[in-house]
Amino acid sequence: MIIELGHFAMVLTLGLAVLTALFGISAGRGPFAAGLRSVPSLVVGQLVFTALAFATLAHAFLEDDFSVRYVAENSNTLLPEIYKFTAVWGGHEGSFLLWALIMTVWMCAVTLRGGHLPERFRAQVLGVMGLMNVGFVAFLLFTSNPFERLVPFTPSDGSDLNPLLQDFGMIIHPPMLYVGYVGFSVAFAFAIAALLSGRLDAAWARWSRPWTNAAWGFLTLGIALGSWWAYYELGWGGWWFWDPVENASFMPWLIGTALVHSLAATEKRGVFKSWTLLLAIAAFSLSLLGGFIVRSGVLTSVHAFAVDPERGAFILIFLMIVVGGSLLLYAVRAWQLAGRATFEPSSRDFFLLINNVLFTVALVVVLAGTLAPIVYEAITGGKISVGKPYFDMIFVPLMLLLAAALAVSPPLNWKRTGFARIRARLGIATASAVVISLAAFLFIESEVPWQSLAALALAIWVVAGHVQDLVLRVRGSRLPGLAYWGMFAAHLGFAVSLTGVALTVALTEERDLVMSPGQVVEHGGWQVTFEGMSSVRGPNYIAERGTFRVAQNGANLMLTPEKRRYSSGGSIMTEAAIDPGLFRDLYISLGDPLDGESRAVRLHFKPFVRWIWFGALLMTLGGFVAVLDRRYRRVKSPAVQAVPEPAS
Amino acid sequence: MHPTRRKRMIIVLFILAGAGLALGLVLVGLGENVNMFYPPEDVVSGKAPVETNIRAGGMVLEGSWQRDGQTLNNEFVLTDRVDAQFPVRYSGILPDLFREGQGVIVEGQLNARGTFEAERVLAKHDENYMPPELAGMGEAAQE
Amino acid sequence: MNRASFFVPLAAFVVIVIIGFAGFQLGDKSVLPSPLIGKPFPAFEAPLLENASDVRDENDLKGRPLLVNVWATWCPTCKAEHEMLMKIRATSSLEIVGVNYKDQRNQALAWLARYGNPYSFNLFDADGQIGIELGVYGAPETFLLNEQGEIVYKRVGDVNERIWAEEIQPRLKEMRGGGV
Repeated sequence: MIIELGHFAMVLTLGLAVLTALFGISAGRGPFAAGLRSVPSLVVGQLVFTALAFATLAHAFLEDDFSVRYVAENSNTLLPEIYKFTAVWGGHEGSFLLWALIMTVWMCAVTLRGGHLPERFRAQVLGVMGLMNVGFVAFLLFTSNPFERLVPFTPSDGSDLNPLLQDFGMIIHPPMLYVGYVGFSVAFAFAIAALLSGRLDAAWARWSRPWTNAAWGFLTLGIALGSWWAYYELGWGGWWFWDPVENASFMPWLIGTALVHSLAATEKRGVFKSWTLLLAIAAFSLSLLGGFIVRSGVLTSVHAFAVDPERGAFILIFLMIVVGGSLLLYAVRAWQLAGRATFEPSSRDFFLLINNVLFTVALVVVLAGTLAPIVYEAITGGKISVGKPYFDMIFVPLMLLLAAALAVSPPLNWKRTGFARIRARLGIATASAVVISLAAFLFIESEVPWQSLAALALAIWVVAGHVQDLVLRVRGSRLPGLAYWGMFAAHLGFAVSLTGVALTVALTEERDLVMSPGQVVEHGGWQVTFEGMSSVRGPNYIAERGTFRVAQNGANLMLTPEKRRYSSGGSIMTEAAIDPGLFRDLYISLGDPLDGESRAVRLHFKPFVRWIWFGALLMTLGGFVAVLDRRYRRVKSPAVQAVPEPAS
Repeated sequence: MHPTRRKRMIIVLFILAGAGLALGLVLVGLGENVNMFYPPEDVVSGKAPVETNIRAGGMVLEGSWQRDGQTLNNEFVLTDRVDAQFPVRYSGILPDLFREGQGVIVEGQLNARGTFEAERVLAKHDENYMPPELAGMGEAAQE
Repeated sequence: MNRASFFVPLAAFVVIVIIGFAGFQLGDKSVLPSPLIGKPFPAFEAPLLENASDVRDENDLKGRPLLVNVWATWCPTCKAEHEMLMKIRATSSLEIVGVNYKDQRNQALAWLARYGNPYSFNLFDADGQIGIELGVYGAPETFLLNEQGEIVYKRVGDVNERIWAEEIQPRLKEMRGGGV
């Protein structure tokens, strides 16, 4: 019966979400005026009931209740307890329940932390979020119900969680992505509320910024975790594949990054106002696209639609309403909010514009590359694939341009900057960057492509410029606020990731080879000895384990990659063995057995690969630190006393 | 022109340049780097170009997979299960989900003798590792 | 800025939606009318999956309304669809005949033993000959036949609750003269 309770709780959530939308958006006017005061309690109610529903599903998993179809499809009696719990969001239906839960948590956060917002404005923000939640919960209940029973044919055991998902990285990666995706709904709701109320000023931008930064931070973390997971779990050492699923999470990140920057300009200078609104709408729309479409499989093929017409139709209609509706509102209202300020090309404003143009171009490129195969298939019936070469060709120059713009930016003032100041402030950083780069180039012995050298030099320049700026500020009268430190960490993170990408791409040594026991090979300066194979038994799998001794200058370590066969379903998984290091990873994975005792083996030597994720962590940290800046917590900005009247 | 106007013009031009850049990059990039996908029928009938990077795919014909026990060389036949089939040569480690009767995608070049020299072999989950629906497909097909 | 320029994003979105919609209309093969509709089920001779020496032909499909379901064990959607077929079997008097398409006999039999058998019998179409006659584009595909063995309706993709309720049941009712 418990699972029916969960189902019922979600139905209640749907009702509460409808009321939140109704009362919130009308914001104390019209026939629903009386509902304004109840909006916060409605939000809390949604959180409570969604959490209850989530708990009942988790309970069904832990109790092995295979009469619930979703449990039967995604769990198994042999599955370790922890994976039974995480299997709750291992499949399509459950992941949307998690999505809805996260949505209610964000709404609750806005309710609690938004005390300084004018009541009606906050109600409108929550109303817009409530409206989105109506869509999410309706999608869950009507097309992807995780609470459905399998009666009378209750299976005696479940069909197991996909082994790829039985892993730490995969447990936290999707939730982080969702927190990011759904988090952009706050920025989106702020934008819609601004359009509805006709209010878009510095205070508005200051309210939006911490929410946007937080969502962006989570999304960055989610993407980095996904990349890290793919690296160690898929067994062939890649960290980014440009596949549609990854692109779907990368697109909102690109636009979200542009949004974070344009919000800064909107707050400080009142420029890019309508553009900022557009970015907020786009970031959330792309998040919906990412979250919904990936899970429903549509991105891979149009045929996913034919397989599941209800889900596909629901997603398309919902997206059309959200995107079309907000763009219509934008078309009708945004002109009243447009900014009037001007600036020089030597200003920080202008460089934020460059940032926005580059990130938007990047978005268009990824979007086109991701959708091209789908459109081509829909129109001609043929199949094409757009892969790494396309993205590499375009992304490398774009990122180099971006890094160059970033390197020049630290000394820039808002509005305009004198060239004397730029020359004075940039001189030391540039000179030191040139010296360090040259030294680094001499140190690198192997053949390195020019793109990597350029990226490395630019990364050093970015760091030098930012460090110089920091030193000047710290030496100055007062210490910079947390928002500055956040920016500093995020930009540093960008440089670190750029370095990691440049060096990994240039210096990786990888090799597929045949090894027999006792054989020694040289790889990346290490002696790798294949000692032999053994058999081990895990909780729900049997593995063949290879033992490799790896040695360099007296240092000695053992690596034990595995090939696992999972008992239910018989899926085979390659578990790579990795010796991680700050400056290099050693990566071994097993292939198939060959004649006698010999074995196909894949060896990777990957310098600086960890820097890619380390940089992303720094960016995440930067996003979070910036949220904590005192400016965002200050209660009631002086400009905000009265309720803004609607503009028309 | 009024200075404010001129500045505005500069910004607008800059944005237009960005839009043009995006469009240009996309068109050139797609034009140069799209891999066409060919089913076995097209490979056999000669529709697929020779010595060009392409993708092809099909089911691994039962009983066709031969591997040299000393090296990493593999040979197998891909079929559409109707009448078209073609041989593939690949040197390297095959993905976990590779097996006879399974659908795979090969990337590489078709040589003049009609053999596909693969540089990469993808079984289902390699390119679509995340959606459980797809990972599930691999499993369903194995059963 | 010009007020009209604020309509540009909306216009771009509308254009994308229209192109996308047109594209999917063209590409959505599940709604293309089959040239087979209204024609008799093509002539064939095929052994039963359950018994290779028992050969059937198109005359075995006449005499009562039938659902002919093309399936295979290598087809993931068929697995999803299977449960619905079981339900149709349990709740209605409509007979279902399977066409086991380009499959292997032992695997197909194991599948039926494991997931249940909604079919009155299965034609074993190992080389896809019936599939070619039927213009099968991929499994699963399902055909509704009337008493004369003529194809009344074709579904590409899975038969689900909606297809059953909105497409198949009304046609079935019509066939049976509104009653029964």
